[in-house]
Amino acid sequence: MENSEQERNFDAKLERNETIEPKDWMPDNYRKHLIRQISQHAHSEIVGMLPEGNWITRAPSLRRKMVLLAKVQDEGGHGLYLYSAAETLGITREELVSQLLTGKAKYSSIFNYPTLTWADIGAIGWLVDGAAIMNQVMLQRTSYGPYARAMVRICKEESFHQRQGYEIMMVLAKGSPEQKAMAQDAINRWWWPSLMMFGPTDEKSPNSANAIKWKIKRESNDQLRQKFVNQTVPQAEIIGLTVPDKDLVWNESKKGYDFGTPDWEEFYNVIAGNGPCNKDRLAARTKAHAEGAWVREAAQAFADKRKELEVI
Amino acid sequence: MNQNEAHFNYILRLADTNLVLGHRLSEWSGHGPYLEEDIAMTNIALDMIGQANSLLQHAAKLEGKGRTEDDLAYMRNEREFYNTLLSEQKNIDFAFTIVRQFLSDAFDFHLYKKLESSKDETLAALAVKGGKEVTYHLRHTAAWMERLGDGTEESHARLQKAWNELWAYTADLFAMNTSDRELVKAGIAVDNETIKSAWLKTVEEVMKKAHLTMPANTWQHSGSREGKHTEHLGFLLAEMQYLHRTYPQAQW
Repeated sequence: MENSEQERNFDAKLERNETIEPKDWMPDNYRKHLIRQISQHAHSEIVGMLPEGNWITRAPSLRRKMVLLAKVQDEGGHGLYLYSAAETLGITREELVSQLLTGKAKYSSIFNYPTLTWADIGAIGWLVDGAAIMNQVMLQRTSYGPYARAMVRICKEESFHQRQGYEIMMVLAKGSPEQKAMAQDAINRWWWPSLMMFGPTDEKSPNSANAIKWKIKRESNDQLRQKFVNQTVPQAEIIGLTVPDKDLVWNESKKGYDFGTPDWEEFYNVIAGNGPCNKDRLAARTKAHAEGAWVREAAQAFADKRKELEVI
Repeated sequence: MNQNEAHFNYILRLADTNLVLGHRLSEWSGHGPYLEEDIAMTNIALDMIGQANSLLQHAAKLEGKGRTEDDLAYMRNEREFYNTLLSEQKNIDFAFTIVRQFLSDAFDFHLYKKLESSKDETLAALAVKGGKEVTYHLRHTAAWMERLGDGTEESHARLQKAWNELWAYTADLFAMNTSDRELVKAGIAVDNETIKSAWLKTVEEVMKKAHLTMPANTWQHSGSREGKHTEHLGFLLAEMQYLHRTYPQAQW
């Protein structure tokens, strides 16, 4: 009956909205769920460096280049905190990385879409980071302490990222006709994948029920998606861009927009590995990991030699 | 070249080297050997491009023809760039990147110390700020030189190979043209000969820790001070400049 007392304590903590800390007892499934979610989040930050990094060497001004470098560096930093948060649950970074490279662990499907033009860098900041923030703001109050605390810091940086993305779009939208067309093309391609970032509809979301019960998640996929649409549509209007959804209409009774249904078939296909860049993204990570092996070995060998010297 | 043109040209040299080295480092972003180092290289790239940006702003002001830092970065051709030959060499592997960066950092470290007392006050201020950053960069790359040199057999072999190939571009770091010498007299520029022994001391200390030997072939390439580069620079600029040049009137 010891277990059930531990379980009662755990439930009571959740009830009182106290955080669960690494040394606290927690149900195995809670631990597993968190490892899956945090590592998926960490991998998304790391894979997300690729589509954006794609434009660092081609950024159209020095200022944009510097901002993008800083942003990509931030994403790497987020990956680092999140890997550390996952490690507090009893898994190593090596295991986590290997799960990514073998395809066992997922990352956000949005990064399987290509950044074809400079405007895509604006669209990612504005829409993709904007959608991510909806999730992450909620996660600042998630029940697992290390995850919640990582999120507080990440959210601060993400809202800066979103502003810079929106600013890129704003400048393009009031630029030359070619620049405006570039911006509209980017929102056309990124809008639906951004809505898909919130995951399947609530009735089709396999992991949601437990996540809500354990207070890992505090709002449902559909609630968050609605919030995102409500927030983003007016932002598009202000800069004269059109959201590519013919069913989009303001609904006064719910004080929110009604909007069309994302192409869920596309969503499941991209998750299954058939997105435009799934192979390239994983190949890039695998190559970096393989070509970095001798560097990591050298650093380890060097550290070991220094340790020996200390002992002598 | 009158003194103002010479001054402009001297600042371009410093700016271009930072810009091109920063570009090369930024190519690693997202592809580093492990996450912490990926972040570090992106961060150093950002510092270098930041320095290039400030130096190009200064150059544009000196020139006084209404050009901006972006005009200078994006609208000049291969033969109008004065970055060192070393800076444009490719990232063959991590060892090449580290050797290239270490040799440059060591040079900048000693150069910036001297530039702090330049009569060009803007340049002196940039040297103070840049010098702080370079001190960190040099610490980082010198530590990697030692780690790779005294790590595994493979890392040592790769480091020595990079060293042998890149050493041929080190004399070019110190290259000066006649107008630079006029600027030295005016107290604006640094006579690179005066930092050679300090640079060599830094280099030799690190070589010793990294168990490196000098290459048998001591031939030295030159030309960057006249804008004569290796073939690598043209491709780097093509990539860097294409979007800006496609829409030359656009604001970004």
